[in-house]
Amino acid sequence: MARHRDIRNRSYSEDYDDDDVYGYSVEEDSCLSPSDASQWIYDRNRSQQVDLLQSHNDIQEEPEEDSIADTSLPGHERRESMDFRSLNLDEEDEAKLMSCLDELRNVIGDTISDNILIQAVMKHKFDFTKSLDEILNRNRDSEIPKIEPVKPVIIVDPSKAPVILTVDKAPKVIATNAEPKAVGIVKGFKVGQDGSSGSRPQTPRDQSPCPERMLKTDQSDEIRVTPKAKENRLDANTQYANERGSEKDHLYIVVIGHVDAGKSTLMGRLLCELGEVSQRTLHKYEQESKKIGKQSFMYAWVLDETGEERVRGITMDVGRAQFETKTKRVTILDAPGHADFIPNMITGAGQADVALLVVDATRGEFESGFDFGGQTREHALLVRSLGVSQLAVAVNKLDTTNWSQERFNEITKKLKAFLKQAGFKDSDVTYVPCSGLTGENLVKPPAEAGLIKWYNGPSLLDVVDKFNVPERPVSKPLRMSVNDVYKGTGSGFCVAGRIENGLINKGDKVLVCPTKEVAEVRNISINEMTTNVAFAGDQVSVTLTGVDMQNVSVGYVLSDPIQQVPVATRFEARIVVFNIKVPITKGFPVLIHHQSLVESANIVKLKSLLNKSTGELVKKKPRCLGNNCVAVVEIEVCRPICVERYKDVKELGRVMLRVAGATIAAGLITNIVST
Amino acid sequence: MKLVHKNIERDGCGSIGLIPEEPEDMWHAYNLVAVADAVTASTVRKVQTESSTGSSTSSRVRTTLTITVETIDFDTQACVLRLKGRNIVENQYVKMGAYHTLDLELNRKFTLQKPLWDSVALERVDQACDPAANADVAAVVMQEGLAHVCLITPSMTLVRSKIDITIPRKRKGFVQQHDKGLTKFYEAVMQGILRHVDFSIVKCVIIASPGFVKDQFFEYMMQQAVKTDNKLLIDNKGKFLLVKASSGFKHSLKEVLQEPAVMAKISDTKAASEVKLLESFYTMLQLEPAKAFYGKKHIERANDAQAIEILMISDKLFRCQDIQQRKDYVAIVDSVRDNGGEVRIFSSMHVSGEQLDQLTGIAAILRFPMPELEDSDADGESDSDSD
Repeated sequence: MARHRDIRNRSYSEDYDDDDVYGYSVEEDSCLSPSDASQWIYDRNRSQQVDLLQSHNDIQEEPEEDSIADTSLPGHERRESMDFRSLNLDEEDEAKLMSCLDELRNVIGDTISDNILIQAVMKHKFDFTKSLDEILNRNRDSEIPKIEPVKPVIIVDPSKAPVILTVDKAPKVIATNAEPKAVGIVKGFKVGQDGSSGSRPQTPRDQSPCPERMLKTDQSDEIRVTPKAKENRLDANTQYANERGSEKDHLYIVVIGHVDAGKSTLMGRLLCELGEVSQRTLHKYEQESKKIGKQSFMYAWVLDETGEERVRGITMDVGRAQFETKTKRVTILDAPGHADFIPNMITGAGQADVALLVVDATRGEFESGFDFGGQTREHALLVRSLGVSQLAVAVNKLDTTNWSQERFNEITKKLKAFLKQAGFKDSDVTYVPCSGLTGENLVKPPAEAGLIKWYNGPSLLDVVDKFNVPERPVSKPLRMSVNDVYKGTGSGFCVAGRIENGLINKGDKVLVCPTKEVAEVRNISINEMTTNVAFAGDQVSVTLTGVDMQNVSVGYVLSDPIQQVPVATRFEARIVVFNIKVPITKGFPVLIHHQSLVESANIVKLKSLLNKSTGELVKKKPRCLGNNCVAVVEIEVCRPICVERYKDVKELGRVMLRVAGATIAAGLITNIVST
Repeated sequence: MKLVHKNIERDGCGSIGLIPEEPEDMWHAYNLVAVADAVTASTVRKVQTESSTGSSTSSRVRTTLTITVETIDFDTQACVLRLKGRNIVENQYVKMGAYHTLDLELNRKFTLQKPLWDSVALERVDQACDPAANADVAAVVMQEGLAHVCLITPSMTLVRSKIDITIPRKRKGFVQQHDKGLTKFYEAVMQGILRHVDFSIVKCVIIASPGFVKDQFFEYMMQQAVKTDNKLLIDNKGKFLLVKASSGFKHSLKEVLQEPAVMAKISDTKAASEVKLLESFYTMLQLEPAKAFYGKKHIERANDAQAIEILMISDKLFRCQDIQQRKDYVAIVDSVRDNGGEVRIFSSMHVSGEQLDQLTGIAAILRFPMPELEDSDADGESDSDSD
């Protein structure tokens, strides 16, 4: 025991001294001068001279106040799969890189992904010290918001939390004192109105703390928040640029046209030509379609998947598929052409940026689809009213007319006149002759002699490639319209839809409107690929937890919990009346299509009749609305729905009115009437 | 409804005794009874008696009471009419002036005493007692995910059940979820039909939908019927009628009722003729706007010119609390009749009546165009519109 205690109390410095003495005593005095000895013997009191260890010391002494942020490439953070082999290094450089990486790993452990390390090393040309500096600096920078000291002015901005991408931080959003002030940011809404619609208790669930507290608007808070909001907006944009800047633009195309114009076949063929469909599947379709005597439908089967659709040979619900062009990633939404499925077509068109109108060039077929109450007109009018301004017209089945130029011209002439009237600019409409079944002029330039003679324009794929991608409003508050609810794998359930505004991060809290329940985003996937963030314009499917699947249905809107989407039953709209059989009067029952929502509604008031071209008031309180007039009306919906004024959110500010299977009017919401 | 006795004086006051026989009769009664009328009916009242020793006992007694009506409640789903008012006839259990609520019961006589039986009320009694006019039709309007099971009686359209199920869309690799959702939906609709449709009463069951939903559903239902050996469905297979409708919402019933195949089956029901009439009004409004008018002011002026050929008026207007207003409307009806015009009183329980209600409740097709009405009083119209 005594010995043990002795050891514990031993002074190590003495030991060293002893050692020194011991060594000294053994070696000959003359062999090693004290200065020589000091060169070899470690002394912690003396400044470091050993080269190898120098860098270690540097870390300790790195000035803490250094604040130069060097996070120029945060976008690559998430691409964990990036491999240094892809950097095209020769062997020597690769070796250097490896050794550098090993050393870095020794210092900082495994907390930082390889990508960042590689980037840093490459940036500083394999200089270990500098790259270490950079990594540590950027690390510290990204940590700053997390350990932000609690000062009276700085409030943890909930809207900023998602930007840091820390899943755990976002949830507390609602509990912070940050949210009353946010009312001030809701741009373009009267605060009072918004508050009242937001807090009107409609269901017991409504009385959840979130909307209630919205009411306690503090004026001083509002002022404080404005710069914060701007900051957030900036973040959204930069995040978008980081995430998507390098990728091809996403473009959503809805394919429309009269029933049997060959929409699905055209698209199926296009996908086959592009190699998106494997040879084996195609062979399978060919055999099976032959079996039921519908061989011409084999390409359509690529998109028509349910048995019902295949047996009947028509598309019933919107089919979707992806392909890539030179500059874009294109998602096609294959809309049904049959008059009975126009509600589905509206759902599809509501999600699209541009449209492809397919017309049948066969004699008699074009006329029946266009002149005699066919869907060509209605579809074109609908997509225009839904905000699609760019259109490609595929004059399909031109092989049946022996690629006749006269026929092509005849059709384009008719369509031009009509599309102009419908509100498409001539410059935004392109006409392409093609054939879906033979695959002529789809991907490759035409080979058919009859067509080459007179056509030298672009192929269908080129036209698609040339579409402009509309700007995505990523910086606005989140709005996502739900068009499908289904059970996914794992916990929770999935809602699919399009993000109209803003962005959505994994871990975000969202408000499910109009029931106003708070849900948490567990997972986001685009085209079955999981991502951490999705932006306006994307078609996503989001896994939600925190709400019951029963309480979410098609037509709902996921909204930012702070800047909520208005919920209303009554609103004012400016409508354009199409060709109608009976005039619209007060009390006219209509079906209202708003995004993917279909709800029955009444026109409760005819407010005024406007001049079609100038928009001037012609008559106040008209008795009825006839063909092709423009009017301001008030519409009341049976159940509360989420609407926005057109000037705030375009996509959520459009409505279609339909009666007895025909579209009678399209409208823009000008005002939301709080009841 | 059975008419037991009718006692009406020269000046229009008097009493009528009626026995309601089916739920629909309650609707007629609801339209007959107005505030301030006196109603005599048998009812159950809880009576407290105090004995000489001071202990009190309460017992329920059946007694006949007469009350002056103050409030009228009609439950459309259960078809129950509830009248609240003060007792006006001395009774051994109930004091004068005590409040009581009468539940009118089926197959029990009630007596209605009115200060004034006007033509509309008397017509209603006749209509209610007409035994020929009862033909019930069941209709199911549906679309994928939404269905309404309705019962159409001569003067009412009752939504018996609304089925609203979210069906997942078809998506790559998830087609079975769509099919599963669809099967669940069809099952729910079928249960709705089995529960709410009495096949011994209804003439036919209309299944209406856009697209192929109706065919798929019918096929499913018959398959299930065979599988579960449901005699009821198999025996009544011939009663089903598949027609096209544009959507699964209630007001697409209007389209259904205009379908020629349906018209042939239910031609004598009021619902179909009302829809047809309203449609002709709208057509007139489109073709000759100067011959179709709505709104009380316009109608009054057209009536002054004896121009009204067909007057459409919702029975809701006669149920209003304001006696003066009711008198006005009755006056219009009488004068149109006197001038040789036709008057149709729409039931506000039908889809067409609902639409007419929204359209101020009164509309007319004229014999000759009156363009001056259209132009002259744009301001006068705004008054009537503002309510």
